[in-house]
This record gives sequence, structure tokens and C-alpha cells, in this order.
Amino acid sequence: MSAADAVPLAVPMSGRPAPALRVRNLSVGFGSQTVVRGVSLELAPGECLAIVGESGSGKSVTARSLLGLAGAGAQVSADEISLAGESVLGLNESAWRRRRGRDVGLVLQDALASLDPLRPIAREIGDSLRLHTKLDGAARSRRVLEVLTAVGLPDPELYAGRLSGELSGGQRQRALIAAALALDPPLLIADEPTTALDVTVQAQVLDLLEEIRDRGTAILLISHDLAVVSRIANRIAVMHDGRIIETGTPNEVLGRPTHPETRRMLAAVPVDKPRGTRLAPAPEPLLTPEQTAGAGRLRVAERPSAPATEVTSGSPGAAPDARTPSSPDLALEGIGLNKTFRGPHGTVQHAVDDVNFSLPRGRTLGIVGESGSGKTTTARLALALTPADSGVVRLLGEPWSVLPEKQRRARRRLVGAVYQDVLASFDPRLSVREILRHAVAVAAPDGRDGANRRAGEARVGALLDDVGLSAALLDRRPTDLSGGQRQRVGIARALASRPQILICDEPVSALDVSVQAQVLDLLDELQRELALTLLFISHDLGVIQHVSDQVAVMHAGRIVETGPAEQVFAQPAHPYTEALLAAVPRLV
Amino acid sequence: MAEPLTVARSSGGRRVRRLGVLIGWPLARRLGGAVFVLWAVATLTFFAVRLIPGDPAEAILGGPGSQTSPEALAAVRAEYGLDQPVFLQYLAQLGRLATGDLGRSYALNMDVGPLVLSQLGGTLLLAVLSLTVAWLLALGLATWSTGRGAMARRIGSGLEIVAAALPHFWLATTLIVVASVWWGILPPISTADARGLVLPVLTLAIPLAGFLGQVMRESLTTALESPFVLSARARGESERGVLWRHALRHAALPAIGLSGWAFGSLISGAVVVETVFARPGLGRTLLNAVTVRDVPVVIGVVMVVALAYILMTILTDLASRLADPRPTTNTRTPGGAQ
Repeated sequence: MSAADAVPLAVPMSGRPAPALRVRNLSVGFGSQTVVRGVSLELAPGECLAIVGESGSGKSVTARSLLGLAGAGAQVSADEISLAGESVLGLNESAWRRRRGRDVGLVLQDALASLDPLRPIAREIGDSLRLHTKLDGAARSRRVLEVLTAVGLPDPELYAGRLSGELSGGQRQRALIAAALALDPPLLIADEPTTALDVTVQAQVLDLLEEIRDRGTAILLISHDLAVVSRIANRIAVMHDGRIIETGTPNEVLGRPTHPETRRMLAAVPVDKPRGTRLAPAPEPLLTPEQTAGAGRLRVAERPSAPATEVTSGSPGAAPDARTPSSPDLALEGIGLNKTFRGPHGTVQHAVDDVNFSLPRGRTLGIVGESGSGKTTTARLALALTPADSGVVRLLGEPWSVLPEKQRRARRRLVGAVYQDVLASFDPRLSVREILRHAVAVAAPDGRDGANRRAGEARVGALLDDVGLSAALLDRRPTDLSGGQRQRVGIARALASRPQILICDEPVSALDVSVQAQVLDLLDELQRELALTLLFISHDLGVIQHVSDQVAVMHAGRIVETGPAEQVFAQPAHPYTEALLAAVPRLV
Repeated sequence: MAEPLTVARSSGGRRVRRLGVLIGWPLARRLGGAVFVLWAVATLTFFAVRLIPGDPAEAILGGPGSQTSPEALAAVRAEYGLDQPVFLQYLAQLGRLATGDLGRSYALNMDVGPLVLSQLGGTLLLAVLSLTVAWLLALGLATWSTGRGAMARRIGSGLEIVAAALPHFWLATTLIVVASVWWGILPPISTADARGLVLPVLTLAIPLAGFLGQVMRESLTTALESPFVLSARARGESERGVLWRHALRHAALPAIGLSGWAFGSLISGAVVVETVFARPGLGRTLLNAVTVRDVPVVIGVVMVVALAYILMTILTDLASRLADPRPTTNTRTPGGAQ
């Protein structure tokens, strides 16, 4: 990234008088629905303003309105919208086109989808130059290489001709930023620019944005993540329900939040919150009365935080907690697991490399690592869905992975699984009732739960109750549910077989932080009530720290460090763990 | 779509290597597959033709119903090897095919090779023109009806469904009634000039355009909603630029894949169209040969059609690799990035 100094992107205009962006009283509606209500913003050159809010708060629509791209059928009204001192209110389409890319650049989430996957990145970056300048092909190529250098892509000549799919996540995101910066616009709008990235890559991209800001470009940063924006934002505006409810410096907003919504969002962040602390206010005021109707059963008084017991010891005299294993045996144990995959062109990828884990009953083992580190493969090995090349998995002290599937099937009900993309794991044509009925019937072919209709129906009701959903949702389809409700249905389905072990693979990664908080609280309650053992997989160190008794850090297929959560997070022994922890964005 | 943008020196080398990769192994595999398909087609046709009732010797001597002496029949059977066991006849047939000898027509008293070749051009012209016109119609309708609101979308998809459902024989006669009988602007039978091609080509192209259009509009809609199109718009790209530089290429991918199949269906459609419009070509030759049980001609036509179909499939495969330079391990969905 030091290469960036070599080619100054911005021609610093001394004392640019006008703010890079000024918005007064912006409202955007679609049909009868208003999604942005009276938003006002001002952004000086070289300043970074972050708009933070949960999904549906109107932050992305606000950003797109500033490019005249709010979408078909959007009614945009404002007292003022000006870019670099010039009003853009009521511009026609061709006037807008002349400004987009030149006066304002847009960076979206997930460069794999945000750069045309069929075109080399140099073409994508060169497009703004082709559209707005009279540069010839050679001059455009030179500029493309310049910008790629400026965003810190090593060896730009090599990468310029590649497709976005041939780059790594970080390289790709740099290319996307380069495409927005090709003409050096005074304002850069970055909509969740680091959301799909691994934590270390995210840190690099944030550094890059900071550098761009310091060169004099104004940045409007849109994010759902308070911790991410607090790293580089000069000011933070919190959006909720189409309004800006709070504005201030990161210190003000994060340190002394005035609005209850902001406080709730901050409380929901799991980073540095001890095991067992509630993240969402109880009893879940976010659920509508209709939703809470059947959710009373599980509300338990807040439990003092779990005593810091040594987990693997299984020593007698452990704390008398519901979590303490009644017997010292292990619920799930992996010994010397290896798994390789064959890539294209004969490459071999060692997805899981000599992995050992042991999971005492009633405890939570958190596996944390970046994408491609082998977490999910480990989960599949533990579920015996993928055969290991070598090594064994033992379930409740008995052989598991070595059994033929026929014998394993009877015991499968002991292990439930919860996935990240829970919507994709449902048949979209089935209602919640049918999804759970199937799960109940499959789980108990012997007839305990599925034998007669009434017993099955009762079990479905009890499951919904367990996960805090109202029976009113029974006849809805998964697509009609919110993300949090869907994940609750996913958990209910996993619980249908009365499992002793729950394997959760990124169960909260697709959720807003407050919904994530509710789901994490729910898993915590369920674990206590049902004495569940959890294998919890996440890329999110904050989530792992919050939920785990024992943590395993995975990197390139190996477990590089393992130990009690407090110890791993307080005194990381492995340099990779240290690097990961250092990269985690923290609240101030 | 391909504006000349000299990117980096290395990209030229990459492109050459990429071409090498996509023509090398896949082509070798394809050729192996092609030989297998030709053998299978020859075998199936050989035995299928034997299911047509009647004696081929009679067909040779003037067709069923003609007065022939048993001696003449026996002589013909000996001459054509029809008195041999079926399996030997089959081997002899394969041997001839392997050397490129398609044999001699029973009914027309000429070699099958030159006969098929003389008819091939007309049918290929018809099929290629129809495929082109179908693509143009489908592209036009898809681009017109996308991004123009729900009404245009409904009109577009309605037209496509109706078009795709039209049977060739009905469409042909309707076109003749309208264009020749009522309006009198086009000849009802296919003449040698370009005007005579219009109705046959439309007959084949319209139903195919319906199929291709459905596929294209679906993928065009997906592409236009994908984030990279938003990125392009945010760069100041015009609607036309979004279409030509980004969306149409994504929309074309599945339709390119379908074109190999479409070409095959066009040739089978040519049987009907060439008959209705009295147009010389492989389709009509095949129909006549089946009617008089002219086995060598049937096998010859089928073999040539199979060969054309295989070549077309290889071509569409190359075309889709060029249009989609992503490694094949990637999922080939436009903007598909979850």
C-alpha cells in the first residue's frame, strides 16, 4: 500500500470551498411506502461520514439517491442535494450520467458480483475513463495501471487482464475501489465495502479507505457494523426506520449514545461480552406482540456469568452449572482428522489437516477461522456427511465416522445442524408447519412424536415455543419470514429430533446485529434448558468469544491454537491468532 | 461488444494460452465423442430402417406393388448383399461408412454421397438463416420487453409462449395464406431467389425465437438486476452501454448453449418446411427415401445430419467458452456470487 504514495490520486484543491456533499431533508418513497424520511447530511472534503443502520433502515436507498439511482418507481424529494457545490436536484438522466463516476464514485459490497464477471478488471476500471474523458486506449491503460497501483494491488500489469473471479477477495475489492476512483471523484460512496471480506482483509481495505480519505476524497461509508465504521469515520450517523436518529463523532456515538436504538445496537455487539451475558434486552421487545404470543416459556432470569472452569479436564468438583457434564465423557471427539480435495488441474487442497477436537457434554466448542480455513469441512466431518481421509470421529464415546451409514442413520437424531443460509435449506413451497412436521416425523419414525397427527402437531407447537416463535407463523412460508424468524425455524427444525449435540455453521452471519443478539441469546438459553452440546463455527471472533467455553482457531486446515476462550482471547499464543485479534474492528 | 482496449502486455499471451486450453483437450474429447455418436447413429438407423414393413429388394425393383419375378428379386438380393445374415450386412455397412462410402440409392439409381451433398447446401442455408433470424427476433423482443415495466414484460413473455407453441405445419400454411394468398407479396412455394426463402425461414425461426427469447429474457432480467450493472450505472454508463457492454453477454450465454440443440431441431423442422414449400433439401430427400424404403439414402441423410449436429455443438461450445472466459469450475450464473 506504500505504492500509493508514488502516484497521487487526488490533485489537492487548496481550500475547496464547497462541501463534497450536502443533503437537506431527503425523502425517498416507493409507492405508498416511505423508506427515507427527511435525511440531512453534510460532508467536507477529506472527511469520512458513516451511515450505520440495520437492514431496512434506509441507508442504502439514501446512498443510491445521491447518485440518482434510487431505482425505478422511487419518488425522491429533497430541499437540497448538491455534489461538490452544484445542485443535482431534478437532473435529467443524461445530466446524471455525466456526473456519475466523475463527481461521485460508488463501491458496493462483494466485488465478485459488483464487477462484471465476464470482463477483465482493466476494462471495468477503464469504463469511466472511456465514458468521461477523450483519452485514447493507451492513455486509458496507463491510467488504469496507475489507479491499480494507487489502491495497492501488487503487480498491476499482471492483474489488469484478469477477471474478477480470478482474484482473491481482497484484490477484487481493491479493483472495485479502483474502478470507482478512476476519475478521482471528490466523493466516494462505499456501501458495505468490507462486509463479505475476511477480518484481516477487511482491515486492509479499511486502511485503504482511510488512505483515500486522507488524500482529500470525501467518503460516505454505509455499514451495518458500528465497529467497522468507528475505525475510519470522522462522524457517524445512525439510521433507523428511514431517519437519522443520532449523529456525532465515533466517541460520542459509541461512548455516550443518546438514542435508545443506538444503545440497543451497541448492546447487541457480542465482542468482549462475557459468556452468558444477554445481548438483546429481555424479553425481546423487538418481536411484535403477535410474535411474542407463544414465546413465554423460555424466559429465564438472567444467570450469573459462567464460572471460568477448565473445560477439558472433566475434573470432579466442577461448578454446579446446568452446563457441567453429568459424566466426564465427551459428546463429540475428533482424532487426527484429515481431508483433501482435488482441485482443477490436479491441484490438491488439504482442507482439514490433522485436526483434533474434543467436546465435553453440555459445553460449547467454538471453531473460528477465515474463509477457506477448513471450518465447514470440519463440521461436515463431525456430522459424518463427508468421509475423512484418515482419522475418526466418536459420538458420545462410541464410534461414529467409521460406521456404515445404515447404522449411523439411527443415531443421526442425536446430532442437529443449523446452517447460515437457512432459507436455502428449506423447501420454499412448504409452510413452517410442514417443515417442522417433516422434521418431527423423520426424527421419530418409531412413532414417539410422529405417530399420530395430534402428537406431531403438539411437538411442532412445543418446538416453536422453544425457539420463541408464535404459532401464528405456522402457516407462513419461509420466504415471508424475517431473517431472525427463519433462523429460529431452522433451529426448531434442528431440535425436532431432540438432539444432544447441535452443530451450528455460521448460524448468525447473515443476520443484523440485534437479530444476531437474539439468536445467540436463544442458543444460550436452549443449551442451558436442554443441556445441549454445541459445536459453533464462525468467522466472527466476537461471536466466538461470546458463545464458547473452548475455542479452536483454524488456519489453512490446521487448528493453530486451542484452549479455554478467555485464555485464547486474552493471551493468544499463536501469531496467527494475534493477527486475527488485532484485525478485529472494535468499538472505539 | 469487444472494444479494443490494450490492457497489459501479458494479456495477449494469456489469451493465446486460453485459446490453446479451450481448443486442445476439450476438442480431443469432443472428437472422440463424435466418433461414438456417429457409430451409434449409424447402428440405430440401420436397425430402425429394417422395422419399416416391406422388402428392400422390391423397393429396388420399382417399389411395392410392382410385378417382379422371384428370380429378379433373388438376383437383386445377391447383388446388394441382402441375402447375407443381418449381422454381416451391418458389419459391411459399417465398413463402407468408415471409408466414407454411403452406398448407392435403391430408388434413384445414383450414389448417395453426391445426392446428399447436392441437397445439403439448401437445408444448411435454411437452418443457419433460421437460427440467425430466431436469435435476432429473440434478442429484439427480450431487450424491448425488459426494464420497461410489467406490461411490456407480460406482452413479451406472452408472445414468446405463443411463438414457442406454434407447430411448423400450421405456421407454414398460415404464412402462405396471409403472405401469398391475401397479400400476394411472397411466393407460396420456395423459389430459387431470396424472396422464396422468406416464408420457410420465418416458419422455422418464429417458434425457435419463442424458446430462445424465454431463456434470454430470464437471464437478461437477472443480469440487469445484478450489482455489476449498478456499478456500471454508477460509473455513468448509459442504458445502451449497460445492455451492450454487460447485460446482453450474460443474457446470451444460456441461449448460446441452447443453439446446438436448436440447430438439430431446425433440421428436423426442415422435413416439414421443405415439404410444405416444395423446397429441395435434405428433409424432403429423407421423407421420400423413408416412403420408398430407400435404406442407403435414409442412413446417408441421417449420418450427414448427425455430423452437422455434432459440428454445430462443438461450435456452440467454443462460442460459449469465448463468451464466458471464466474457468469452468465457476458457476455460470450471471452475477451468481453467493
